[in-house]
Parts: sequence; C-alpha cells; structure tokens
Amino acid sequence: MIETSLLTKRYGNFTAVDNISFKAEPGQVLGFLGPNGAGKSTTMKMLAGFLAPTTGNAKICGFNVEDQPLEAKRAIGYLPEGAPSYGEMTPLAFLEFIASIRGLTGKQRKQRLDDVIGRLQLESVLGQSIDTLSKGFKRRVGLAQAILHNPKVLILDEPTDGLDPNQKHQVRDLINAMSKDKVIVISTHILEEVHALCNRAIIIAGGKLLADATPAELEARSRYHMAVSLTVNDIDKARQILSGIADIERIEVDPQDRRLTAFPHSGKQILNAVSTALSTQQLHISELQLESGRLDEVFRSITEPHNREARA
Amino acid sequence: MNLIMTLFLRELRSYFVTPVAYVFIVIFLLLSGAFTFYLGEFFQREQADLEAFFIYHPWLYLFLVPAVSMRLWSEERKSGSIELLLTLPVTMWQTVAAKFLAAWSFIGISLLLTFPLWLTVNYLGEPDNGVIFTGYLGSLLMSGSFLAIGACLSAATRSQAVAFILSVVVCLLLLLAGFPMVLDFFRAIAPAGLVDAIAGLSFLTHYNAIAKGVINLRDLIYFLLSIGFWLYANAVVIDLKKAD
Repeated sequence: MIETSLLTKRYGNFTAVDNISFKAEPGQVLGFLGPNGAGKSTTMKMLAGFLAPTTGNAKICGFNVEDQPLEAKRAIGYLPEGAPSYGEMTPLAFLEFIASIRGLTGKQRKQRLDDVIGRLQLESVLGQSIDTLSKGFKRRVGLAQAILHNPKVLILDEPTDGLDPNQKHQVRDLINAMSKDKVIVISTHILEEVHALCNRAIIIAGGKLLADATPAELEARSRYHMAVSLTVNDIDKARQILSGIADIERIEVDPQDRRLTAFPHSGKQILNAVSTALSTQQLHISELQLESGRLDEVFRSITEPHNREARA
Repeated sequence: MNLIMTLFLRELRSYFVTPVAYVFIVIFLLLSGAFTFYLGEFFQREQADLEAFFIYHPWLYLFLVPAVSMRLWSEERKSGSIELLLTLPVTMWQTVAAKFLAAWSFIGISLLLTFPLWLTVNYLGEPDNGVIFTGYLGSLLMSGSFLAIGACLSAATRSQAVAFILSVVVCLLLLLAGFPMVLDFFRAIAPAGLVDAIAGLSFLTHYNAIAKGVINLRDLIYFLLSIGFWLYANAVVIDLKKAD
C-alpha cells in the first residue's frame, strides 16, 4: 500500500532524506521515530505529494506520487505538522470544503461528515471560527479533515503533539479503531506513543533509516532487556546476595531512586534466581520487576551518532 | 471545473468573513470618487463620459490591487495551509486559477459598485455607453494583470508586507514604462524600435486605448497574455518555494 524505494531529498549539499526504502501493508500502524530534524516530516511530505523527491520514488496504493499525483492524493489522508487549516473558517465550513474537494456527495457526504464530527467530538465548536479554538480542537479539526474520505492510507505528522493526556488518549483510541484495514503512518518523538499505537517502528536520524522493527524487537536491543529491577530496604546486603548468582553479569544502583538493577549474562533468565535468593533472607522487597527493555535508551543509542542538531 | 469552483468559492468567501473586504471596497469607492470629481474635474468638464473616472484607475490599482493580492499565497505559506491545499487531490493549475479568479472577482465586485457614477452620467447627459463599457472592460483587464503580478510575488514570500511592496514596485515599473516623461527620456538616448518596445510593455499604453473606447485585439491579447505569463510564473514560484 505504501512502498518507497531509495527515497531521497536533497537541498543543495544537504541531504534531508537519504535513500529510505520501506513497504507498509494494511493493518500496520507504522511509527516514524527520530530526533527533531531527522527527516521524518520531509519523508511524510514526499509521501503525501507535497514535496517531490530528488531521487527515488514513493508509491501509494500502486500510484507513483510523482506520475499519478491525483490518484495517490485521493487515497491519502494527510495531517501536516501543526495541523494547519483556514483559521477564518468554522470547522463545519472547513469540513464541508474538504468534502467537496474530496468529491463526497449526497447521503455518503452527510454520513461521513456526521461520522468524523462525532468521532472527534467537534459538535460543540462547529460554528466557531477555527482561529478561536484551543490547540486540542485545532488538532482534532485537522484529524477530521484527514479521515473524512475514509482513506486507505493515513499519514499523520505528530498527531498528538500539544494535546493534553486525555486528548492524547482519545486520539490514540481513534487511530487504533481505524487501524484494521488501513496503512497508518505516524511520526512522533514521544516514545510511549510507540507502545500505545504502533505495531512497527522505523527509526530515522540524519535522514537515514536506522532501524525497522516491532517495538518489542527494539526493546530487546536494550541492555535492560531481561534485566531485573527491585527496590529493597537494605541495598548493600541485597547486592552481596545477588553477586553470588552466577548468571548475573553486573549490578547497578540508580543514584536517584536507589533502585537496584541486575543485568544477566546474555540470554540468561535471572528472575527466578533473584527472587529465590532474596526471599530466603530477611529483606523487605517493596517492588520487583522484569524489564522488557527501555525504548528511550535504544532510541538514544541508535540516533545519537547521527544527531545533526547536536552536532550543529 | 467543479473543483475550481469549490476552491474559488472558499477563497472568495474568505474575503468577506473579515472586515478586509469591506474596508477595501469603501476605500476603493471613496478614492475613485475623489479622483473623478476633484482631480478629474468631472463636472467642470461638462462632458457626458467617464474618462475622468477611468483615467485614474491605473494609479488607484497600483496600491489597491497589491493590497488584495499580498495575502493570496504568503498567508497560506505562513500558516502552513499551503501544505494542506497542495496535498488535496487538485492540480497546481486549478489552485492557481481558482485563487486568481476569486481575487479578480472581488475586484470586479468593487468595480461594479461604482455603478452610481454610470447612472449619474446617464442622468446628466447622453453618454456613449459602448465607450463606458469598454472602459470598464479595460479597467478589469488591467486589474487582472496587476493581480497576476501580485499573486506571483505573494507566492515568493511568507511576509505580506514584502509581497505588497514588491508588487507595487513591479507594477509601478510597468506603468511608468508608458509614461510620456519616461518615453521622452528613452527617445533621447535609444533607437525608435526600443522606445516602441518599452511603450509596448506598458500597461498604460494598452489601457488608455481601451479606456477611450477603442477595443483593439492587440491590447486585449496583451492583457490576457500578461495574466497568463504571471500566473504561469506563479505556479513555478510555488513549486520552487513551497519547501522553505
């Protein structure tokens, strides 16, 4: 449904997007992760047909975005970064305008308008000009515009940016509800979002595709993967006991919350050994957790060598 | 065609939801009236025509048309809505044409609202209404050329103020190219062919002919070509600048 091959965008000597190739099928919610300035938005702009690639190509539902732009654009719903719209219009007039452009007529038009207005809870602000709306409402108007024609491909550039936690939750529910038969690409730098929304994550930095995996696979790359963390009343004693377990490679104590983490030798399971060893002693364990891996740490280790803004 | 209509109506409505449209129309009517009666000495001329009215239109448009065109694209670029607009299933040509036609219609509406002057001159005497009609036609065509220039320059910048100033300067140059003073200056230093070419580029030369009631195919083609040229440039500029 979305297929890019060696997609590249250059501005003079600067390469914003560097030979990115991937393929996404219906049912996938693909998260674009990357630091600011990594090339996420530029990639999405090329997918949506706003920017022409310097080399390489992108296909939406089989239509090349450069050769058959109208067919490709019809299949896409796109939320640009910052959810721009026409501020002097009311959400209703704006959505009516989009419906006309998208060729929606008659019963179907009314049904689609009612559907998105309901889903995004815009009823209360339909007659107010968009300029006067809160950031959350503006974002929802942008989302309503993107899903109005029930597109096969949804491209959302930072859909939850600037929303409060409740609104974020609503938008995530909305995206999850639509994900079954669509290809959805979202960009974000909020890592918790990847867990909440995506079944596939692509990490981009310095314009290059650095990782393409499920969130769980990414977490498995973390040094915290399969480590055991616990909070205990007597750290020194716990440390002493744990250092006697052969499968533990290293023990660290978080200087801030005094939480103790035991890292296994690779491939070893240590949860049982840790809990057995500690329970035989007179220790008070208030919390014990098997870590699945820390995405933020994986994200940093992958992107840091490529971070343009940090270098600049 | 439907798509152009949808884009056109959205654009035209956007003029009237803010006070901008009304302010513009009032200023246009006040100034065109003032020019006609004070500078043009409409009554003292004691002639049943609207020459005193049309003769000042180039100078009126020099400032008023860029005021309309300055926001056409620069506002879309500044707010980012250009990204939304150009990712809808419409072609670049449809958007450029629809925006231009909306702004042109708006100026056309302002021009139509000067009809009391036409009524007055018909009440006072028996003017040649054919000449008055060509006067309006010439005025509308010239405003279209100013507007196409303004639209193109508005696409080149995010700042409406910059778009306004650039448009005024370019329009002024094209007006002055036909000014007798300027042509006399060139006549002294340049061969006759070049002087004719400069005069031929000028809005003023072509407009004055139509405003006097002489519809010459050459003048019509001149205005239509200059609108076409600047709108083509408009599309090219958008393509080049949309990424910044």
